Amino acid sequence: MIQIKFFASLRESIGTSSLNLEYAGENTVADVAHELVERGANWRLLEERDVLCAVNQTLCGKDAKINDGDEIAFFPPVTGG
Amino acid sequence: MISVQRDDFDHCEQYQALKEEADGDGAVVTFTGLVRDFNVQGSVSGIHIEHYPGMTEKSLMRICSEARKRWQLGQIRVIHRVGTIGPQEQIVFVGVTSKHRKSAFEACEFIIDYLKTSAPLWKQEGTSEGMKWVASKSSDQEAMDRWANTTNQS
Repeated sequence: MIQIKFFASLRESIGTSSLNLEYAGENTVADVAHELVERGANWRLLEERDVLCAVNQTLCGKDAKINDGDEIAFFPPVTGG
Repeated sequence: MISVQRDDFDHCEQYQALKEEADGDGAVVTFTGLVRDFNVQGSVSGIHIEHYPGMTEKSLMRICSEARKRWQLGQIRVIHRVGTIGPQEQIVFVGVTSKHRKSAFEACEFIIDYLKTSAPLWKQEGTSEGMKWVASKSSDQEAMDRWANTTNQS
């Protein structure tokens, strides 16, 4: 099982803050994003270039490797401070 | 000391704590960020900040570790508020102590620049058309990029 979280405007556009996926041997974050975009037009945002991602709460590139049990997050550029 | 919190903070208490913990350091530099009551589109009635519980704290800790690699620092305090915050209220605090002022000034600026581009925090502003997500600014990224080409000078 992998847990996927979405934040801020991305969470609003997709309409969910988190979901669980049965781990099916996906290699990278990009593989997971690619699977999710099948869910509908709004989900295509996940493949936009400025969307950031994290694996197990560490910022990473979309080519980051993933494993069963990982927590993956997708979010827009940050705007704190 | 890292804190991600809903409540406001007392700047004087934070300064006092840094001063007491400074242990021989000769410089304390603090930065406090406030909510502006205007932006490019007009007046702002307040903001709401969303965060990624767990990761936001980890990111702030990583930023402090990175600052310690570059400068010889004593104490670091970073507070970032989340939730609903009114105009002119405090949002963020960065306080740094060091032997000398240059390291303290630079480290304080580095921490806030780094926070603005890498800590998972997202701001919405209250406008006349309702709450609007704030777009990231290229000037924040440029401020961060300046540090990429600098190494420890202290």
